[in-house]
Amino acid sequence: MTKITTLKDWETDQEVRWCPGCGDYAILKAVQRTMPDLGVRPEDTVFISGIGCSSRFPYYMETYGFHTIHGRAPAVATGTKLANPDLDVWIITGDGDALSIGGNHTMHLLRRNLDCQLMLFNNEIYGLTKGQYSPTSREGTHSPSTPYGSVDRPASPCAFALGAGARFVARGIDVHKGLPDVLKAAHAHKGTSFIEIFQNCIVYNKDVFEEFAAKKTAADTQLHLVDGEPMLFAKGAKGITLNHKTLQLEVVDVADGDWEAAGVIVHDVTNRSVAHMLVEMQFGEFPMALGVLYDDPRPTFEAAVVAQNEASSVGKTPDLQALLNKGQKWTVDEKDGPEL
Amino acid sequence: MATALKQDDQGGGPAGNAENVVVRFAGDSGDGMQLTGGQFTLSTALAGNDLATFPDFPAEIRAPQGTLFGVSAFQINFGSRVIETAGDQPDVLIAMNPAALKTNVQEVRPGGLVIADEGEFGKRNLDKAHYDSNPLEDGSLAKWKLLKLNISQLTLDAVKPFGLGNKEALRCKNMWTLGLALWMFEREREPVIKWLKEKFAKLPEIANANIAALNAGHAYGETAEISGDGLGGGHLPTHRIKAAPATPGVYRTVTGAEAISQGLVAGAQLAGLPMFFGGYPITPASAILHHLSRLKEFGVTTFQAEDEIAAITAAIGASYAGSLGITSSSGPGIALKGEAMGLAIMTELPLVIVNSQRGGPSTGLPTKTEQSDLYQAVFGRNGDAPMPVIAARSPGDAFECAIEAVRIAVQYMTPVMLLTDGYIANAAEPWKIPDVNTLEPFPVSFQETMPEGGLMPYGRDEKLARPWIKPGTPELMHRIGGIEKGLNTGHIDYGPANHQAMTEIRRDKVLGVADSIADQELAYGKPGAKLAVVGWGSTFGPIHQAVLRASEAGADVSHVHIRNIWPMPKNLGDLLKSFDRIIVPEMNTGQLKTILRDQFLVDAKPVNKVSGQPFTIGEVEAAIQEALA
Repeated sequence: MTKITTLKDWETDQEVRWCPGCGDYAILKAVQRTMPDLGVRPEDTVFISGIGCSSRFPYYMETYGFHTIHGRAPAVATGTKLANPDLDVWIITGDGDALSIGGNHTMHLLRRNLDCQLMLFNNEIYGLTKGQYSPTSREGTHSPSTPYGSVDRPASPCAFALGAGARFVARGIDVHKGLPDVLKAAHAHKGTSFIEIFQNCIVYNKDVFEEFAAKKTAADTQLHLVDGEPMLFAKGAKGITLNHKTLQLEVVDVADGDWEAAGVIVHDVTNRSVAHMLVEMQFGEFPMALGVLYDDPRPTFEAAVVAQNEASSVGKTPDLQALLNKGQKWTVDEKDGPEL
Repeated sequence: MATALKQDDQGGGPAGNAENVVVRFAGDSGDGMQLTGGQFTLSTALAGNDLATFPDFPAEIRAPQGTLFGVSAFQINFGSRVIETAGDQPDVLIAMNPAALKTNVQEVRPGGLVIADEGEFGKRNLDKAHYDSNPLEDGSLAKWKLLKLNISQLTLDAVKPFGLGNKEALRCKNMWTLGLALWMFEREREPVIKWLKEKFAKLPEIANANIAALNAGHAYGETAEISGDGLGGGHLPTHRIKAAPATPGVYRTVTGAEAISQGLVAGAQLAGLPMFFGGYPITPASAILHHLSRLKEFGVTTFQAEDEIAAITAAIGASYAGSLGITSSSGPGIALKGEAMGLAIMTELPLVIVNSQRGGPSTGLPTKTEQSDLYQAVFGRNGDAPMPVIAARSPGDAFECAIEAVRIAVQYMTPVMLLTDGYIANAAEPWKIPDVNTLEPFPVSFQETMPEGGLMPYGRDEKLARPWIKPGTPELMHRIGGIEKGLNTGHIDYGPANHQAMTEIRRDKVLGVADSIADQELAYGKPGAKLAVVGWGSTFGPIHQAVLRASEAGADVSHVHIRNIWPMPKNLGDLLKSFDRIIVPEMNTGQLKTILRDQFLVDAKPVNKVSGQPFTIGEVEAAIQEALA
């Protein structure tokens, strides 16, 4: 891609209003840094968001931006993209916005496969409303609305996405240097690209991802998936294999770098069955899978709509008078009587 | 000729005249009564009569056969004078089974004709309709003329040559009945035959069987020796209703749903915009989605969304991208769209919201008509959220209203609500086809270059409308959203003075729409009359007829029918204040009445009906008499 812009071209003059130290700053920088590499123009780019801390994002991008209402960004984006398929549409949402109030729209966006990037900032908490537990909060989360701990089980964003029919599922961490690569892969994918980003809410849910996000222990706790590469972590000392009896993934030790002997799986981003297992891998028993978990494009929604609109218009002229004249008519003449 | 049926003044027409006849077809949901009524309507329109129809069907698609709640009816009022309602009382009822008889016969004018399919009056069907004895035999129908025909058997005989199974053969009953009705009123069969051939083009034997049934019903009327009670002469009466006087021109029949769809297409064309329609299935609004889905060559994109909220927010997203965004629903769905309407108000994007009102609240009466969403339309959003509201009075009027809604939306950068109701959506009426060359274009111009003094996404023109800037336009990148917008810049601004100013601008912009709408005219009468009957929406027909009758009888009464519900025409206050008394008939508990009292401090008195049925002329007439007493 030719760079037609620089980072500066993507920064607005707006005062950023996130809490100091919020993970959102890192994500904003990663996006602004990535945009010049995509070879796209700010005027063709639209950021559409719902409601929540994450959804202030469009104000800080020097592009077209639409800060909509809670949970509905996917639906607004669908209308925008159908009206102008040439636009490059990014949806910015959070765990409450995308999976609670807007869960329905997220599901249908994914199943229809509108060409756009959906960045779900997951901080496992409602930040803007001052700290209530969210649909991704872990069981037992203490919050103003759950002073004795939450009792409902959390949703798994990537498993939800895949179940809804997503053709691109990726994971990243707000401050992780690998985030721009994930964004580039998402942008390159034609169809809905679903990206879950672990985002640190330093006020209401500080360091909730520390177990796997901490740099010190990252080698042992993170599995960085690369298409065509073996699923190795812990500096190559461990890997992910498939137990052929239980048909489940397992962590195996890799001796002397011989991952093939250990049966470590080579990541194939188009393998949907493995993708289902990757999104279900529970952290603790497994490392946290990061990067592009699944990427297998299918025709997009807007392309199908445009094709049908064109096909069903072939040979027809948009003649308004003819439309009004349809059906059986009769004429009333000056002499006040009908003529068939 | 029609006097055989019009012996007194209790029918839909004036005393002693045979200027109109009201016919109701009633049967089981599966009997095809809506089709029968629709085809009878077409034949009647082709005969040059004016007409109005009232389809009335259950919410259940196929209620259990023979039950009282499964009855589907279609009423048509047609005549040689201007027809504006579906008629107060049927002159003729055609009942296809005991349940249809039971649920409809009490409304038939005393002395009117009841035709019943006696083949369906077996014990089982009588039980289902909760009849202890057979009403065709026990004398309980004495106040009507009764004609018993074994339509089922006659149909079976007529279609025998086509070798259909019993069930399929009986499906032709409605065409037999239609044939009889066409004969009674001297209607042409040709349009129906043509329609049957087209409808069953791939099933010629079904087409032929239906045509045979139609012809048999027609021939039966012509030749049968009838020993019907009190019909005299042994023959069915025929009723020639002569053509109604009408403005010269080319006519067709149109339903409200069709007229709205075509009006929206016309509006988009006049604005020079592609259209995006987001909808979610709901009765009775779905018909608009269905119509528009077939008009893609007009630059129409239709989107059946996952819910009502997605339907409107997708339409807003499309408007944002430069299309004309439209959504449509009915009461409960409109309620769901409320927050998104606020977004369109705040972001000042054009949008048309069509509300085909039904009976409420909650699920209410899905297939029945009501006008009880007026408060919801004018006030039903959080915050001070003003929005223009227009109400269509009839299927034909809905075409013009749809164009007007589009014009206001794009010229003022605002969502607009267009109110219709279940009655308008489903009812058909003759419509003088407009000449598209007479429609005034209102082309939209997008802002495409950087203005002197810099970009002001919330700057304003003389109408207080902000510029419409499409994403994709170089240099003019900006952000919009539901958070309060700063004056001119559109940046986030929670400041107290700013919110005060922006709230007032949004209010004044919408009130300013009044500068571009027509003065309120009188539908009948003169200013300063002793009484004004003020209405809106689909009550036009009964109000107008009632006012005409009262006036003919010497009453000093005028009719005012309001199309622009919000903002109201500038002269309306003075006009209303000129009358001694005001009554407001509405199919709700007094919503327009409240707004008129609030806006103009006039002593408007309510006349309310919320039975799910339109007003009858008689009911409005009685209210006029009471108000003048």
